[in-house]
Amino acid sequence: MRAPLSWIRDFTPADAPVEELVAALNQLGLEVDAVEQPGREIRGVRVARILDVLPHPDADKLRLADVDFGDGQTRVVCGAPNIYPGMVAPFAPAGAQLPGGFRLERRKIRGVVSDGMLCSARELGLGDDHAGILELDGHAALGADVREVLGLDDVVFDLAITPNRPDAMCVVGVARELAAHLRQPFTVPAAATPTDASVAADVTVVVEAPDACPRYLARVARVTTGESPAWMQQRLVKAGMRPISNVVDVTNYVLLERNQPLHAFDLDLLGGRGIVVRRAEPGERMTTLDGVERELTPDDLLICDAERRPQAIAGIMGGATSEVSAATTEILLESAYFERMGIARTSKRLKLRSESSSRFERGIDPDGVARHADRAMELFAQVAGGRVAPDAVDEYLAPVEPARITLRTSRVNRLLGTTLADTAVVAALTPLGIDVSGSGDELVALAPTFRPDLEREIDLVEEVARRVGFASIGRTVARPTEQVGALTHAQRDRRRVADACVGAGLSEAITLPLVAPGDLARAGAPIDRVVEAANPLRAEESVLRTSILPGLLRAVAYNRARGLADVALFELGRVFLRPDGDRLLPDERYHLAATLAGSVSRRPLEDDRVVDVYDAVDVLRAVLAAVEVDDWHLDATAHTGYHPGRSAAVVAAGREVGLVGEIAPTVLDALDLGGPIVALEVDLDRLLAAPRRDRTFRAPSPYPPSRIDLAFVVPEAVAAGAVATTLRRAGGDLVEDVTLFDVFRSDVLGAARKSLAFSVRYRAADRTLTDAEVAGLRDTAIAAVTGAYDAELRG
Amino acid sequence: MSALVRLDDLRTLLDTALAEARGSVPAAASTTELDALERELLGRRSPAGQANEAIKNLEPAERPQAGQAVGAYRAAVAELVASRRDELAAAEAAAAADRDRLDLTAGSHGRARGHLHLVTQVQRELEDIFVGLGYRIAEGPEVEDDWHNFEALNIPPAHPARSMQDTLYVKLGGDEQVMLRTHTSPVQIRTMETHEPPIYVVAPGRTYRNETLDARHSPVFHQIECLAVDRDITLADLFGTIETFVRRLFDDETIRTRFRSDFFPYTEPSAELAVSCIFCHGEGCRVCSHTGWIELGGCGMVDPNVFEAVGYDPEVWQGFAFGFGLERIAMIRYGIDEIRTFFDDDVRFLAQY
Repeated sequence: MRAPLSWIRDFTPADAPVEELVAALNQLGLEVDAVEQPGREIRGVRVARILDVLPHPDADKLRLADVDFGDGQTRVVCGAPNIYPGMVAPFAPAGAQLPGGFRLERRKIRGVVSDGMLCSARELGLGDDHAGILELDGHAALGADVREVLGLDDVVFDLAITPNRPDAMCVVGVARELAAHLRQPFTVPAAATPTDASVAADVTVVVEAPDACPRYLARVARVTTGESPAWMQQRLVKAGMRPISNVVDVTNYVLLERNQPLHAFDLDLLGGRGIVVRRAEPGERMTTLDGVERELTPDDLLICDAERRPQAIAGIMGGATSEVSAATTEILLESAYFERMGIARTSKRLKLRSESSSRFERGIDPDGVARHADRAMELFAQVAGGRVAPDAVDEYLAPVEPARITLRTSRVNRLLGTTLADTAVVAALTPLGIDVSGSGDELVALAPTFRPDLEREIDLVEEVARRVGFASIGRTVARPTEQVGALTHAQRDRRRVADACVGAGLSEAITLPLVAPGDLARAGAPIDRVVEAANPLRAEESVLRTSILPGLLRAVAYNRARGLADVALFELGRVFLRPDGDRLLPDERYHLAATLAGSVSRRPLEDDRVVDVYDAVDVLRAVLAAVEVDDWHLDATAHTGYHPGRSAAVVAAGREVGLVGEIAPTVLDALDLGGPIVALEVDLDRLLAAPRRDRTFRAPSPYPPSRIDLAFVVPEAVAAGAVATTLRRAGGDLVEDVTLFDVFRSDVLGAARKSLAFSVRYRAADRTLTDAEVAGLRDTAIAAVTGAYDAELRG
Repeated sequence: MSALVRLDDLRTLLDTALAEARGSVPAAASTTELDALERELLGRRSPAGQANEAIKNLEPAERPQAGQAVGAYRAAVAELVASRRDELAAAEAAAAADRDRLDLTAGSHGRARGHLHLVTQVQRELEDIFVGLGYRIAEGPEVEDDWHNFEALNIPPAHPARSMQDTLYVKLGGDEQVMLRTHTSPVQIRTMETHEPPIYVVAPGRTYRNETLDARHSPVFHQIECLAVDRDITLADLFGTIETFVRRLFDDETIRTRFRSDFFPYTEPSAELAVSCIFCHGEGCRVCSHTGWIELGGCGMVDPNVFEAVGYDPEVWQGFAFGFGLERIAMIRYGIDEIRTFFDDDVRFLAQY
């Protein structure tokens, strides 16, 4: 919303310095995005008439214009297509200055001397129009300063109005707020419209859907179409609208000034000289002014002529059939109040927004409909030779009552932390047009109908806060008295997991949770329970991840593409699975994924080595240690996405909680990644549900350990981890440690067999183990392993 | 030997031997050589040994003097040897150390410590500040239903506030019924639905917009939401809590807060929250676009409609809520210009923090 200060001053003095006005608007919640003072920097730009337009000898797109600026003539080079002999335009001679401090000089353009330039609207700081030279009123005195002619000695506030304040989307609304803040008078003069009894409002209005159109008012006027006067055009331009014709300009002017969208129909083109407001038929079509044919539903409201032919989509956009043109002599002016949600729904469904729809959907003043039509009539009379029919046809079938709101002064103070007297509350509200009576906790406020946002007591409390100013509200700190601030166990554990990964040398990534279905499938992530986006912008981001790893691998690829080969990343985040049964929301779980690529430096004592699966296992161990899960093992099994011989399921407390291994070449090839890349992914929610280490103190034994070494020949398929577990179980509490210290393969051992050598350390808490006890433990260990596996003790 | 019968001769023998030892012992080139020399100077056949043998042939009156002379000789030689032995041991240790020398600047095994993502660091920092103020950390799903993301937050269908959000919906339930949450505010609703007041929580987390990742836009970003509900929470509590918290966050007691009227469907009164620029302290600089203020987020008193949606009596309970973006905090603090920096996962960026 662009509000020129000169226009605001039609209604209130607003004579404070600009900085003060800006501060006031900001505090009031009418946020000032920009303050434009286009005239402030313009010097010496004058009104000139183009006498002749000649081709440029050396450039097709440029022309030469001879201009008369009152007390002299000169020639300029001009690239705009819209100049013609006789046109009056702003002329900036050499020495003149434009916004931004740009000073013009006499210079050659493609070999021809240009003595300055003709200006577009944008070059004068008047909005964005740069299509052509700004055409000035033909009656302007040649040589006059354009600042005066265009009214540029003005301040334009570009305001960001929040959606709850439709009343502030117009100049009058901004003026009202400023007047209240500055404690200055505020008046909106009543329209003084001379009427002409020879013009009859002989039109009919039938509202068939009063729920969607509580009020529809029609006025009739005979008009002479043409251009609107310079003052009106200037205001429209400053407010960001393009002048079109006097009739259309008047409707836009009232829209900007009063927040009442109006529509002028060419009455001669309305079949049956009347209006029917009805819902659209299913599948009914109409072409809007922007040339688009739109398919409608019964939820959409149509403005039709008396013959029921659609003329406009109510409150959103008109059609071409009854559009006002140069040939128009009589108009029917629509001033209506449409139900907000209906306009919002239609506008959203058709993806069609207009100045009009954005106001109707926020809520205009139903009581202003007639007054604002009067204002338009007054202006038609002034600028379009309007002869105005005295009567209006006003179908106000569902009158909107002003909201009566009870307001308790104590409630105001309790919410704001203030100690305002009831009189202060009343004084805060009255200048906003809120009529307050009563006292103490029995204030009764009548909310003006232009403030649809004021319905409840709290709405008035906010108005009081806004008026007294947030700066005057105190600063206290609320502290809970019934709880202690703390992380939950799960939150603390997730921090530990992340810290363990960081400690293991991995950096945390945050990848997009929206991925390509193919990435998930290749990586072996569950695709049958994937949740699809309904309106994705890209196919690569069309489903929610069921696994973090594919995203992490993309991050590896991103780094590789930048010449960064050694990448160790982890991510801790949610994955999403389509819900089971009748649950609506997905099954969201925390996962941890980690990946390592490139090489690990062992220099200078050893050579660098590429990462291998044991690097991933180390990360896993670090994580499990951090959350004190001791009951876990790896179960070697093949999984899609992983190297079949180099991957394992992570089993904690008997439940599979994740996978660890080397990424399969098929996955890497799809990302153009060279291997090896190793990774793990763990369902953290499951992992954290596993039993944790018993933290009861066990005194370290002061007695000496006994160590035995045992080597077993077993089939290849037997996992070393499993044998270690068997050895640990066989020795019970006396086992302190089991370490695999050698793996050996040889023809002597037989095909597909290997030797696993373990060192087992025993120690008792209360005594030194005797030789006999150790021998017994050894026998038990051997028996356990040979009993459990196809194993023999190696001599 | 038996010829040696005079005390003077014996002394001369020892003196001469000692004088030689003063030359030969410090010159011994190795401990082996030193061991041999020690035997030569102190062994049975050494001058000391000879002198001992000869003592019995002296006059009885001279014998104690002779004994002392031998003792003095032995002590002097032993000291020479010990001293040389220390020197040789030190030299040999130094030589061994030199042989075992490693260039410590040549490398290291394994990886250095990794890095938490900058967003996580900021998030933890904020969480810890609020835990210090007595708050708990609440969580909720990232995929939300219409009730929690919009409706219960006083954003009914077709409400203009929905047009402010580019919502990414998913194919679950009915049309536009389930979406990736557009803000962390639904956690407010879930917390109040499952807990009796009073409530003091913060809810950090990922939020989503239907946008493509570029310099200014990201489909995913992070917010933190604060909710306090108690019997007498006031707007002054909201402003004071925010001021306390931002001063802690930026570790600067001189930071000022500014609140301007704003609109959010789920709070009333609502305000936009800005802090005095942490770089120029309000003087105006590039970071604050020469305004002296940095906008951080939005805040307000919980709207009674929200309380009614979760079954709290708005006549009994009052509350405030505020929220802002974690990336924004990091961008301001560290001068990061582009939001995509956070989600490219370039290891050079990750390793910088």
